[in-house]
Amino acid sequence: MASTTPTQMDTAPPVVSGARSTGRAGDKIFSGLSKGSGILLLTIMASIAVFLTYRATLALSENEGNFLTTFDWNATGNPPVFGIAVLLYGTVVSSIIAMVIAVPIAVGIALFISHYAPRKLAGPLAYVVDLLAAVPSIVYGIWGALFLVPYLGGLTSWLNQYLSFTYIFDKTQVGVDRSLFTVGILLAIMILPIVTSVSREVFLQVPRMNEEAALALGATRWEVIRMSVLPFGRSGVISASMLGLGRALGETMAVATVLSPSFLISGHLLDPGGGTFAQNIAAKFDEANEFGRDALIASGLVLFLLTLLVNGAARMIIARRKEYSGANA
Amino acid sequence: MKLQRKNRLRASALGALVVSGALVLTACGSDDNSKPKDGNTTAAAPKGDPKACEGAKGQLLASGSSAQKNAMDLWVNGYMATCPGVQVNYKSSSSGEGIVAFNQGTVGFAGSDSALKPEEVADSKKICKTGQGINLPMVGGPIAIGFNVSGVDKLTLDAPTLAKIFNDKIKKWDDAAIAKLNPGVKLPSTAIQAFHRSEDSGTTQNLGKYLSKTAEKDWTYEPEKKWPAPGGQAASGSAGVAAQVKQVDGAIGYFELSYATAQSIKTVDIATGAAAPVQATPENASKAIAAAKIVDPAGKDLALKLDYTTKAEGAYPLVLVTYEIVCDKGNKAETLPSVKSFLNYTASDAGQKLLSEKGYAPIPAEINAKVREVITSLS
Repeated sequence: MASTTPTQMDTAPPVVSGARSTGRAGDKIFSGLSKGSGILLLTIMASIAVFLTYRATLALSENEGNFLTTFDWNATGNPPVFGIAVLLYGTVVSSIIAMVIAVPIAVGIALFISHYAPRKLAGPLAYVVDLLAAVPSIVYGIWGALFLVPYLGGLTSWLNQYLSFTYIFDKTQVGVDRSLFTVGILLAIMILPIVTSVSREVFLQVPRMNEEAALALGATRWEVIRMSVLPFGRSGVISASMLGLGRALGETMAVATVLSPSFLISGHLLDPGGGTFAQNIAAKFDEANEFGRDALIASGLVLFLLTLLVNGAARMIIARRKEYSGANA
Repeated sequence: MKLQRKNRLRASALGALVVSGALVLTACGSDDNSKPKDGNTTAAAPKGDPKACEGAKGQLLASGSSAQKNAMDLWVNGYMATCPGVQVNYKSSSSGEGIVAFNQGTVGFAGSDSALKPEEVADSKKICKTGQGINLPMVGGPIAIGFNVSGVDKLTLDAPTLAKIFNDKIKKWDDAAIAKLNPGVKLPSTAIQAFHRSEDSGTTQNLGKYLSKTAEKDWTYEPEKKWPAPGGQAASGSAGVAAQVKQVDGAIGYFELSYATAQSIKTVDIATGAAAPVQATPENASKAIAAAKIVDPAGKDLALKLDYTTKAEGAYPLVLVTYEIVCDKGNKAETLPSVKSFLNYTASDAGQKLLSEKGYAPIPAEINAKVREVITSLS
């Protein structure tokens, strides 16, 4: 959502200046309609922000804990005590794990489809990757809880055995792998299709001239990719990753089904525990009273801001590298 | 999905309002079942008992505890066979959501795993203009402690041991405290993996109430809907906890008995101080509920005070009672006849008997009689 607002604003001026119309009815109606849609979108965004802020302030004014540093969520208690530290940490960490796993694989798949695979294979493969995006998140959640978690034990005990000196892979608690690490893997699978298909489209747009020029200089296929495809596609890959990150940050059902939440921050990624914004809202909303819901909305506002920040940062990176790319993000 | 359903509910609520609005004038007066009635209503209820359905017509919306969902399904089916003129629509969400809906006036009654809190009663006075919200205990059930320890078929625990398992003080299955309660059972040295609910839940609160009464020293937390203790792992929903217990060797968790039966999970017998440890069954739970006292015997609010420390033979003390919440006075005129007629059915012998077959524990006769009395007096 946040990423579309700036786009609207970027393209808004030409539409508005298109007031030099021919004066025909169709022209006027169309320009009115498109202007209306633009305004409607901004109004919706603004009203969401106002609603979130209003309800959030109701809750925050009565919070007995520190909203930013308290490691607890007991908004229905008396007095109410709740804080987002654990949720912020869990959301960011699980999303980072997902990005670290998903982006290289997605770029690999995209390059394979666009530059390596024989045409007969590329089409079906692209189709299968897109199909992954059609699976509902609750199905990913159930698959994660019933299949991924039990079968991940081998990998995690291997990590624990050989890489425990890294601290993050040191497993200190008994328990099945319902950890942020597992959530990260699941999220990686979930964001793979969107990152792959956007990257693929960008790689396919690399001007033929650039590639042929590199080949003419005697570059190998890998060198062509390194010298012409990747630099050209970089901003596209970044915006693809940001789209994926947006999904990872806000994913609810899959996380709620797989994670064993607790209000602790632990650097040991393999230990069960932690939580994310969306998962916490899903878990607490049903039994929350009016005030509890306001508190959850306050955490939703933080997620809203986090997403805005991430998208803003992505746009800045893309803007800086605009000259490289013909692909508009 | 959820939004859609809400909209549909809203739309049908509007429909119900229109339909039942026409009935307001004819629907007043007592609903006493014993009173003979001229056969006017038989037209509305052709194949049922006309007296039981008197004045009830249209849609009756209700919402609340998912712990009563299965019971509600049975009741709604049974009731609608008797009174086909009424559409009862129970939205199974959670006790909290049911109470919120009730206090906003969008449902005829709410289902809840725990009695109304004082502030919720205060809120309810806005909707029940002349009265207030009251609790009617309608069905009970045992909370089973399911376990999965390879090689162990039968396990007995007492409240302090349970408390220590759930707050991470006892970490291995062959701990001396467990071994002492289970002479002759070969316990493995597997690590205990205790599972609790990840979301706020009435079941968690009822387990907390039990442990804080029976194991004061080891369970010092307030009984809240949120899991209070350190350690352990969480899963979402009773179904989620049951699935983990089924899957993980060394696991223990709590859920309604029906989940244990459905997945054939072994359940813990509780050593209460009675001659023999008590198994989690509907009958045994009923015996424990029989020892419950009505908090305010003079009033219409029938919230129960359960005797968790009971040592009666065969009484399974870890139970929860779920309530239906209605206004004592000032129920909405258009839904009042349906509410009375439906609750009359659920509290009737037929309604209560239906439940024991499904793992629920009927409310003891003495309390049930009072419930019926209050339902008749609703206005």
